Amino acid sequence: MKQRGGSVVLNAPYLLWAALFIIIPLIFVGYYAFTTADGGFTFSNIVTFFTSETYMVVFWRSIVYAIWATVICLIIAYPFAYCMTKLNLSAQKLMMLFVMLPMLMNLIVRTYSWQQILERNGLLNKLLEVLGFEPVIFLGNSAVIIFGMVYNYLPFMILPIYSVMSKVDHSLLEASSDLGCNAFSTVRRVIFPMSLPGVLSGITMVFVPCVSTFYISRQFSDGNIKMIGDVIEDKFYKSSVPDYNIGATISLVLMVIIFISLAVVNRFSDGDDLDGGGIVL
Amino acid sequence: MKALRITFLTLVMLLLYAPIIVMIFFSFNSANSTSIFEGFSLRWYENLFLYGGDLLLALRNTLVLAVLSSVIATILGTVTAVGIMKLRKKWVKNTVMSVTNIPMMNPEVVTGISMMLMFIFIGRMLNVANSVNFFTILIAHITFSLPYVILNVLPKLKQTDEHLTEAAMDLGCSPFKAFFKAVLPSITPGIIVGFIMAFTMSLDDFVISYFTNGTYQTLPLLIYSMTRKPMKPDVYALESIMFLIILVLMILLNVVQSDDNKLKGGRRKK
Amino acid sequence: MKKIICVSIAVLLIVSLFVMTTFGSSNTAVTNLRGTYTKDLAGTTLNVFNWGEYVSDGSEGSLDVIGAFEKLTGINVNYTTYESNEAMYAKLKSGSVGYDIVIPSDYMIHRMRNEGMLKELDYSKISNYDLIDSNYKGAYFDPEDKYTVPYSVGMVGLIYNTKVVTETPTSWNLMWDERYKNQILTFNNSRDAFAIAQFALGIDVNTTNKSDWDRAYEKLMQQNPLLQGRVMDEVFNKMEAGNAAIAPYYAGDFLTMKEVNDDLAFIYPEEGTNIFIDSICVPSSTQNYDAAMMFINFLLEPEVALANAEYICYASPNTAVIENDDYSLKGDPYLYPENLNDMNVQYYYDLDNETRVYFESLWEKVIIN
Repeated sequence: MKQRGGSVVLNAPYLLWAALFIIIPLIFVGYYAFTTADGGFTFSNIVTFFTSETYMVVFWRSIVYAIWATVICLIIAYPFAYCMTKLNLSAQKLMMLFVMLPMLMNLIVRTYSWQQILERNGLLNKLLEVLGFEPVIFLGNSAVIIFGMVYNYLPFMILPIYSVMSKVDHSLLEASSDLGCNAFSTVRRVIFPMSLPGVLSGITMVFVPCVSTFYISRQFSDGNIKMIGDVIEDKFYKSSVPDYNIGATISLVLMVIIFISLAVVNRFSDGDDLDGGGIVL
Repeated sequence: MKALRITFLTLVMLLLYAPIIVMIFFSFNSANSTSIFEGFSLRWYENLFLYGGDLLLALRNTLVLAVLSSVIATILGTVTAVGIMKLRKKWVKNTVMSVTNIPMMNPEVVTGISMMLMFIFIGRMLNVANSVNFFTILIAHITFSLPYVILNVLPKLKQTDEHLTEAAMDLGCSPFKAFFKAVLPSITPGIIVGFIMAFTMSLDDFVISYFTNGTYQTLPLLIYSMTRKPMKPDVYALESIMFLIILVLMILLNVVQSDDNKLKGGRRKK
Repeated sequence: MKKIICVSIAVLLIVSLFVMTTFGSSNTAVTNLRGTYTKDLAGTTLNVFNWGEYVSDGSEGSLDVIGAFEKLTGINVNYTTYESNEAMYAKLKSGSVGYDIVIPSDYMIHRMRNEGMLKELDYSKISNYDLIDSNYKGAYFDPEDKYTVPYSVGMVGLIYNTKVVTETPTSWNLMWDERYKNQILTFNNSRDAFAIAQFALGIDVNTTNKSDWDRAYEKLMQQNPLLQGRVMDEVFNKMEAGNAAIAPYYAGDFLTMKEVNDDLAFIYPEEGTNIFIDSICVPSSTQNYDAAMMFINFLLEPEVALANAEYICYASPNTAVIENDDYSLKGDPYLYPENLNDMNVQYYYDLDNETRVYFESLWEKVIIN
């Protein structure tokens, strides 16, 4: 009885906080999405969004780019995490730290810096020139946006995969090779199934920020290609006719899509996900 | 095979650090440009430290916010983690955990605008002039930091022996004292990690601050507003210093953790 | 033990970061004040909202304008910055943020005035107002001089790299020249990008005729395949490093770029161009009106205005600056063109909401292709 009381006291402040600053704000997104500027109820925002060719183009583009970025992150991060587990323990710790560190630097400055590297007369092209290659136009296309997202969110894929992989028991690997598996089939039959929760958590941790990104898309594409996050920003801060209602509508759609995809991903990963948080050390 | 692995790791790390290396390099540029390197000089560092200026003021704002929000989030988050451990009903626990995951899983843009819309709406309802202000950005930062604290403290609590508190209470401690004497020491590493994560997340948050800041401008927001005029290399200089400091912070964090692991190992041997 | 040492080093580091923010002492000495400044309002807060990097900030020994005002009056200035007129407007319009001073451009002032968002100034408290060049008084957005004090003036021109563009261009049509495909930049905001197409076509930039906007839209669509990108401040790096060869931007910024890359040249196209005035205004929601008046007066002080003009590098509307022999840009042919009166220079006007919605929807189509 006493314990029950204790748990209420301990949980109450947070529950209140979560209700006030997590749940209610989301209700406001819904409220703005279904009202006109004057506050009357309407479906027209949703209809406008789904019937507008420009919004739909941007919307699908965002999803496609985000999928690409997620897949590429996975392709790089998986072997990366695997290679990490082969290092000695203190080196692993250090690697973890250095993988996280770039994420903690200012996004705007890092992006600015990338632009300098990738410009026509940028550092990378200068390097190519020294090596005797023709200069390449890197900036301004969709591939470079995907590159930018991969760069920014790769650590979110590496860390959860690594943290699951590093827990795989070494005796299991030995057992598998004793049972006649070669290195490849050990990976396929033992390591991959065991690392699946990390992969799934990595996928969500990368896909969500990618699909909603703004700024990265604008800067890497030289302002040529917009993603849905940019449109949301425009609706609130950039357009000469700011429109909170459409902005909220797009946010709502984005949120619903993300929660649906999360639910789908969660179906694959069962079990106690209290420790499942990706970038938790 | 090993050489191949090392090469791969190095290449990816090079990718991750390329822009940071370029940033540090150009912070020593003698020219007022972030594209043409004319020569090595400490001009921009001198400028920063001799004359102060906007950047340092914005940095101070950023730090005040980061310290306040991470301290509050750490306290609230730790209390909550202890509370969650005490929850017995599975569905209640799951619901609380799902709510906790929302700020981590929701796109930052949506989190930012959802709060902005609420603050604006409340401001209009109550007819308050400054409904988006320092406190709103503080609330926003606490909110997105909380999950990191909770999710770092929870695993440590799980590792702690449940009977520890009971034993302490049997020995005459009040529940409060029992927590401080018996439980807190064993979850401290989790709390420290949670705190530092909250601190660093707050330090360079841009998206959520962008929508909730009011008249309180942090460093990322100041840098973002430089759109008509170019970013000068002094921004690079300041960010290079920050990089160094965050690097040292993270290394210390690493030491705290590995120390902790060693301790555990030792205990087990006994 | 090790843990304690680590934690204390971490705390020490964070503290040292704080200490770092107190480093440096900028130049806050202003002598020869024309106006009178009292400490009556000491301790109050003045919320100033300005463009990014738009006030002399004390870098490299220049005058720290905000610091000097704080020292002089004891008023705490909470100085924050915005990236565009529209962002400023959105924040102010939402009613959630209170400012005492904003410095928007002409068309935005026009709009804010029409929407009752500005408060009349008390010119009797702005004794330095007589320093403002009469050419900049009575502008269309404030014909009776009730709401604004001009702060900075600029004109858009065409910047090009002489290594790529060997002839001397005269027209905006350079931005539609197939030979320079992928070397052309344009503004990444609707009004400025449309204006260039409108000048090239000889359409009024303030037209409310939809078919005129359609024609400008067609023109922009023709430009799309030729463009390298749409930029704002990125234009500096791109032009300085020779990554792009043609870009419209402000005359003062051309001077900054030319310091790094001497191959750059600048013209005002013959079809005409856009001129803007950024003026100091007080939003109607101000909480500290008297301090705002004092601040406006201070910004007009000859020394302060000079420091700002040198820092911002745009033309100054302040005669104490224009006629000052110490002003490094005095009589600069780009900032203060002699034939200004013969040129077709146009201000942007605020357009009615229908037109705004229309051209923004066209703009969305231009950039989302």
